[in-house]
Amino acid sequence: MSLLDAARTQAQQLFSPGGRDGLSSAERRDPMGLLVYGLNRLAQTDLLDRVGLRKQTEDGVFKITSAGFKTIGATSRAFTRTGSSKKQGTRSAATRARGVFDLTPTDDEQMLVDVVTEFAEEVVRPAATGADDACAAPAELLAATLEIGLPILGVPESLGGIAEERTAMAGTLVHEALAHGDMGLAVAALAPGAVATALSLWGTEEQQQTYLPAFTGQSVPAAALALNEPTVLFDPARPATVATRTDDGFVLDGVKSMVPRGPDAELFVVGASLDGVPALFVVESTTPGIVIESEPSMGLRAASLSRLRLDRVEVGEIALLGRVDGSTHAEAVRLSRLAWCALAVGTGQAVLDYVTPYVKEREAFGEPIAHRQSVAFMVANIAIELQAMRLVTYKAAGRVAQGQDAGREIALARQLCATKGMQIGLDGVQLLGGHGFVKEHPVERWYRDLRAIGLTEGGVMV
Amino acid sequence: MINLEAPKKFQPLIGQAHQVAMNMLRPVSRKYDEAEHEYPKELDMLAAMIDGLSDSGQSQGAGASGVGTASQAKADDGSTRNGTNLASVLSIMEMCWGDVGLLLSMPRQGLGNSAISSVANDEQLERFEGVWAGMAITEPEVGSDSARIRTTARQDGDEYVINGEKIYVTSGDRADHIVVWATLDKEQGRAAIKSFVVPKGTPGMVVERLEHKLGIRASDTAAITFTDCRVPAENLLGSPDIDTKQGFAGAMATFDNTRPLVAAMAVGCARASLDLTRDLLAEAGVKVDHDAPALTQSAAAARFLQMEADWEGAYLLTLQAAWMADNKEPNSLQASMAKAKAGRVGSDITLGCVELCGSLGYSEHDLLEKWARDSKILDIFEGTQQIQQLIVARRILGLSSAELK
Repeated sequence: MSLLDAARTQAQQLFSPGGRDGLSSAERRDPMGLLVYGLNRLAQTDLLDRVGLRKQTEDGVFKITSAGFKTIGATSRAFTRTGSSKKQGTRSAATRARGVFDLTPTDDEQMLVDVVTEFAEEVVRPAATGADDACAAPAELLAATLEIGLPILGVPESLGGIAEERTAMAGTLVHEALAHGDMGLAVAALAPGAVATALSLWGTEEQQQTYLPAFTGQSVPAAALALNEPTVLFDPARPATVATRTDDGFVLDGVKSMVPRGPDAELFVVGASLDGVPALFVVESTTPGIVIESEPSMGLRAASLSRLRLDRVEVGEIALLGRVDGSTHAEAVRLSRLAWCALAVGTGQAVLDYVTPYVKEREAFGEPIAHRQSVAFMVANIAIELQAMRLVTYKAAGRVAQGQDAGREIALARQLCATKGMQIGLDGVQLLGGHGFVKEHPVERWYRDLRAIGLTEGGVMV
Repeated sequence: MINLEAPKKFQPLIGQAHQVAMNMLRPVSRKYDEAEHEYPKELDMLAAMIDGLSDSGQSQGAGASGVGTASQAKADDGSTRNGTNLASVLSIMEMCWGDVGLLLSMPRQGLGNSAISSVANDEQLERFEGVWAGMAITEPEVGSDSARIRTTARQDGDEYVINGEKIYVTSGDRADHIVVWATLDKEQGRAAIKSFVVPKGTPGMVVERLEHKLGIRASDTAAITFTDCRVPAENLLGSPDIDTKQGFAGAMATFDNTRPLVAAMAVGCARASLDLTRDLLAEAGVKVDHDAPALTQSAAAARFLQMEADWEGAYLLTLQAAWMADNKEPNSLQASMAKAKAGRVGSDITLGCVELCGSLGYSEHDLLEKWARDSKILDIFEGTQQIQQLIVARRILGLSSAELK
């Protein structure tokens, strides 16, 4: 581009500011607008100075971007290749269908839920505000989730995990219970488990033996399932990220978004289009060409959401996870959506549990506001829709655990949890009025978190 | 073990009910919508067939009379039971997929039968076995506020003398018995309200007229007056004592059993609309994709997905309420949740399907417009949407009816 062209583009942008600051392309700056814009730029020089100072303190790895920071992938342990790439890995058996309608969890599931519920109440909830501010989960909290065994819930016993059979239902209950504490922290804690579960479900012997020992050992790596992309009307079945075959593997190019724990993650499972069909690839964070950009979002901030940029990332044959006919990728998308539904149910329950005592204590016009139908009916509808969300989610999870097709049920759960979950978040703030809008109460955070349901893909999985 | 699939052992029952709905009810659906107040004579044949199935043990307590009778509770799977309440909602869903009005006209399957099976003692259960009972609660001046009913029952020796006027009695003309709510003492409020079984032909009981309605026109809806109408004292269902502590609980127990049934009606009716609309949309080239995000599909497909998701929620809330009843767990909250959700989505879905199908949906050439009329009553009778929300709110918030009016 010539200097003249560049100048012209800059001038055009000055008059037509669309595409930045949330402005549409129809916006035009008039003389008054130009003046205001110029003044604003001037006012910011103070800020720019401060940024300049900060820059010195950061070494070559970090550099300021509009989003926050940019880094290469986390330094990773060496994953030692072992096992056969020809042999199918170990698989958990489906749970046996008994054909009886039942809403009672098994004893094992109940025990797990009790432990996670207590943890969510005593550790997760108190840490939520701080983690939301810091855009990161406390290390001690994440360490504690390893003791509960969260990352290996979906890993077969014979591979060092705790799954005697397919644990989609247990996973669903755990996601729900943890999100009752905080959805952002739940995502941070459950993200490595999504990768471990993916390796357990679809890995070859080589993939399982190479990567799973890290998850079942003492020092569990941060890891993330990266399926989302930063485009409007994103359809995970049509990723713009592309995998191209080479002589000894693949080259990946593209950008994934809403990747939890991006800065720490040592391992990614990335969705990319191979010969026009979506497939999954295991990518180690130290592979050249990987850049992590922080992507702080409306909510889920404790999960350290990030963009994963893949620029000519070369991976070996071992990277391809599961089938190339699109079925593995499609299943990952479904199981991930199911996990998000469970998170929505947990956070929805948190809203209900919070507003119930509040509306009974808060008085207006001489009596508790709960005594008014307009308030009480909002609470009733939260309870009704929440239970519907829960049952539809459980039905889908039960089908997955039993090895039945759950495409329809997961779609319906996602649809219901997206719309009704958001309504619950909205009503949670509304019921507290002005108090709901300030950070003194957690309902504003739940409102932000619940907006993620229905638009996000990947990150967690059961 | 959590499993929300319809019980395997009820699959034959569901299959039968579906075949009956398809081959017996659908062919006469429009006929009795047009011929309001004409007795659907086909139903006698059907009733005989269902009795036959019952005798052979194959129907597993299908229909409204089976509810609330999980006395011989035996677990199906170590800890849980799938019994007559689940069987009833599942078969009613299928029958109402066929036709709600005709289901309500089924001999011996009236809501009064549910009331009898819910609150009658063993002697009464035996004595009233095989009757066809309608249910009379609403009065010209009293609807949702059923504690305020004005119909009175005065004890006179070993008889009760009933006086008052009842409206909106489903099957009020065709049923051979009517279960009437009346108060023993207006001063003592809800605790004094009792239900009485009044056989047809009892002097003083007169069917005054039949209503012309928006939907469920195959079902007769009667206004009945009681003038010094005498019934034996043993026709009072449950305990004759006025227990102010227990209050309304006795009479209200009926609702815990009947509300899931009405929810099941809405679920069945709505599924009829969804099934046909899915086909019609497919013919028009709109295929609903469960994997693609709703917003990347056509507006019609996205709308359909939302309706289907709401339907699934209503369906499972209904099964939950019935399952709890089968397992003797208190289910008032869940029964009202099911009724509230199913009632409103029943209307949303049937009306939405008419809209999606345009004039094809609106025209009498097909049944979509009929289902959109039939569904409305299901958000009204056995407790309106607003009453269900009130019950749910009171229970969730732990408030009394004096606190949350």
